[in-house]
Amino acid sequence: MGCGSSDLKLQDARLFQVGFQAILLTIGVLLRDFSLLPAQMALAIASAIATQAFWLKVFKLKNVGYLSPLITGFGLSLLLRADSLWLHPLVACLAISGKFLIRIRGKHLFNPANFGVGLALLTLPGAWVSPGQWGNDLGIAVWLIALGALVAQKTQRDDAAWLFLGTFLGLTVARLFLLGYTFERGWEILIHQALNGALLLFAFFMISDPMTLPDRPAARRLHVILVAVFAFCWQFLLYRPNGALWALLCLAPLVPLWDFLVPGKRHNWHGNKPLQTIVATQGKMPG
Amino acid sequence: MKKILAFSALTVTIGTAQAFCGFYVGKADANLFNEASQVIVVRDGDKTVVSMLNDYKGELKEFAVVVPVPSVLQKGQINVGDKKIFDRLDAYSAPRLAEYYDPNPCNQPKMEMMRKDMAMSAAPLPASAAPSAKALGVTIEASYTIGEYDIVILSATQSDGLETWLKQSGYRIPANSAKALTPYIRQNMKFFVAKVNLAEQAKTGFTMLRPLQFAYESEKFMLPIRLGMVNANGPQDLIAYMLSKNGRVETSNYRTVKMPANMDLPVFLKQGDEFRNFYKGMFGEQAKKEGFRAVFTEYFWDMGWCDPCAADPLSSDELRKAGVFWVNNPNADAAAPPPPGQGRIMPRPPMGGGAQPVMLTRLHVRYTPETFPEDLMFQETKDRQNYQTRYVLRHPAKVEPNACPEAKPYLEGVVKRQEQEAQQLATLTGGDINAIRGKLKLPPAPPSKPWWDGMWK
Repeated sequence: MGCGSSDLKLQDARLFQVGFQAILLTIGVLLRDFSLLPAQMALAIASAIATQAFWLKVFKLKNVGYLSPLITGFGLSLLLRADSLWLHPLVACLAISGKFLIRIRGKHLFNPANFGVGLALLTLPGAWVSPGQWGNDLGIAVWLIALGALVAQKTQRDDAAWLFLGTFLGLTVARLFLLGYTFERGWEILIHQALNGALLLFAFFMISDPMTLPDRPAARRLHVILVAVFAFCWQFLLYRPNGALWALLCLAPLVPLWDFLVPGKRHNWHGNKPLQTIVATQGKMPG
Repeated sequence: MKKILAFSALTVTIGTAQAFCGFYVGKADANLFNEASQVIVVRDGDKTVVSMLNDYKGELKEFAVVVPVPSVLQKGQINVGDKKIFDRLDAYSAPRLAEYYDPNPCNQPKMEMMRKDMAMSAAPLPASAAPSAKALGVTIEASYTIGEYDIVILSATQSDGLETWLKQSGYRIPANSAKALTPYIRQNMKFFVAKVNLAEQAKTGFTMLRPLQFAYESEKFMLPIRLGMVNANGPQDLIAYMLSKNGRVETSNYRTVKMPANMDLPVFLKQGDEFRNFYKGMFGEQAKKEGFRAVFTEYFWDMGWCDPCAADPLSSDELRKAGVFWVNNPNADAAAPPPPGQGRIMPRPPMGGGAQPVMLTRLHVRYTPETFPEDLMFQETKDRQNYQTRYVLRHPAKVEPNACPEAKPYLEGVVKRQEQEAQQLATLTGGDINAIRGKLKLPPAPPSKPWWDGMWK
């Protein structure tokens, strides 16, 4: 992969993702009663960026951009619902701080948006996630798949998204078969689940984040399959919502283990010098 | 007379077909007709209390209800409840109208504001019928007579066997039942089958069937609506009162949306059945707009208070009857139920002694077999923002145009406002704007001149 061109491509992919999320969110708020206030979204993004600026200053980091906090801010707005204005910015701040402070061998442990949502659900009052809120309108799903796949392909990590969906939906099919649904009914249920916007969003914008997956492709695939199985069990054996979010969060500590056991080439996602490299050379980052 | 508009029309004229969670089975060719079902679900942790009230209008002896339940229920877990509790919950949480009177523009400082609230109260009823011998892998795990109901709890190994057994026992169950029953059997669920014991029923002196209640523990926070769709021939309505401790309840596998509310509407809605018809029309329009794929939130409030109150909040005693197991025993609770009164603001919880709050979410769903392929799954959120479907009527002040300098602009403003209200109404219900204008006695919209009209003069 030629450095210059691929960097440009990666930058594009990132911009594309931000743009896509912005479009989706705007459509959502306008058409789908997402019970998200524009102020919450603005505060989430502003807080994420401010927090990033703060930590960059503290660690005297240069050449690290602001796309990552932008994406985190959008991701949080898309997933998290709150009955107050302070929650989104607080969570965004915690999420970005978590990215800087919770690191193992220079690599951050949690996907920031995933970490933020999990923390909010566990510890903060008035925070929740509405997994069914996206509805399963075909149109939105098609958009998600088409554009998400485009983003994923551009980052060369499409395997994670598709592998996750394949495993999760494969298990869903197995369950429907075992429960003895008629073909017609089973198909309806499968489609209903496969078109779940939250699931697709998770697949294309959260689990496909290469920064928080194992570096070695084989380990990455194994990890993604584990996340999918965990998510499925959470949802259909324990009957609890948001299986995918909890799965990614709970299994994140395994990633450093995979990287230790089967090291691989670290992904360069920023399109400039990766944060880790800067950290490693400057030696300023804890962990 | 209480300012309560009977809302029964909504539940009586909408919908067709089956029970919400389970199907009704008749023994003869009686015309089974079950309209909007109502259910109360009380849940904290895994502990669940479900009360079912179904609008069955057929003959009692021909009726039975089959509901999948997570385990074999003991007698103490089953109760025959009181329909009044449904009425109370309904009245408390029903969509409501609020009225305001404009102050006289010539009399500015006297900003009197009157408000009356009218709620709509709903009305349905429960269900029942009859099984017989045993066979075919069906085990009668338990049988009880509770109140006017004969109840059996069945487990089955095969849906065909269960279907055959039910048929042999005289139930006229829908043709495709076996297929619909299979997933429940494979999830190791049991079947609660209740029919009316006519002798017991006569003793109770009730003419209507009372709601069945059952308490159980299950990790599944769900309502099995699919079984009731087996031979549905149109959309069905379900109103669910979800009582929780921490926050609003929503569906986790379908969209949950709030009804459009809190807007100004034409004052004629106060007359006769206008409001009921409006709400019915609007619900139908909104459900259609969502493609019958959404669950609507009609109310969410901490039950300790209300503002304004469509009806008084339920007393501790009533809450316990509804199945809210965490409220104090009413015997220990000296507080008498609040005096009746409408349109008032009920102060914040008088529930002393560290009482746990009770939150009520009223969900209303119109579903079809195609649009709701899965049973309804729920989750309790940490959302505590109160919400009610409330519509505002603003009565203009009665004032002559030349009574004072402020009067004329005021009256012009009123006309504009009424036109906006009419348009709002038309949009919400998909109604005819001109018919609404007619009712409002608004001047017909000025014939719109083409833009070029008069240009060359």
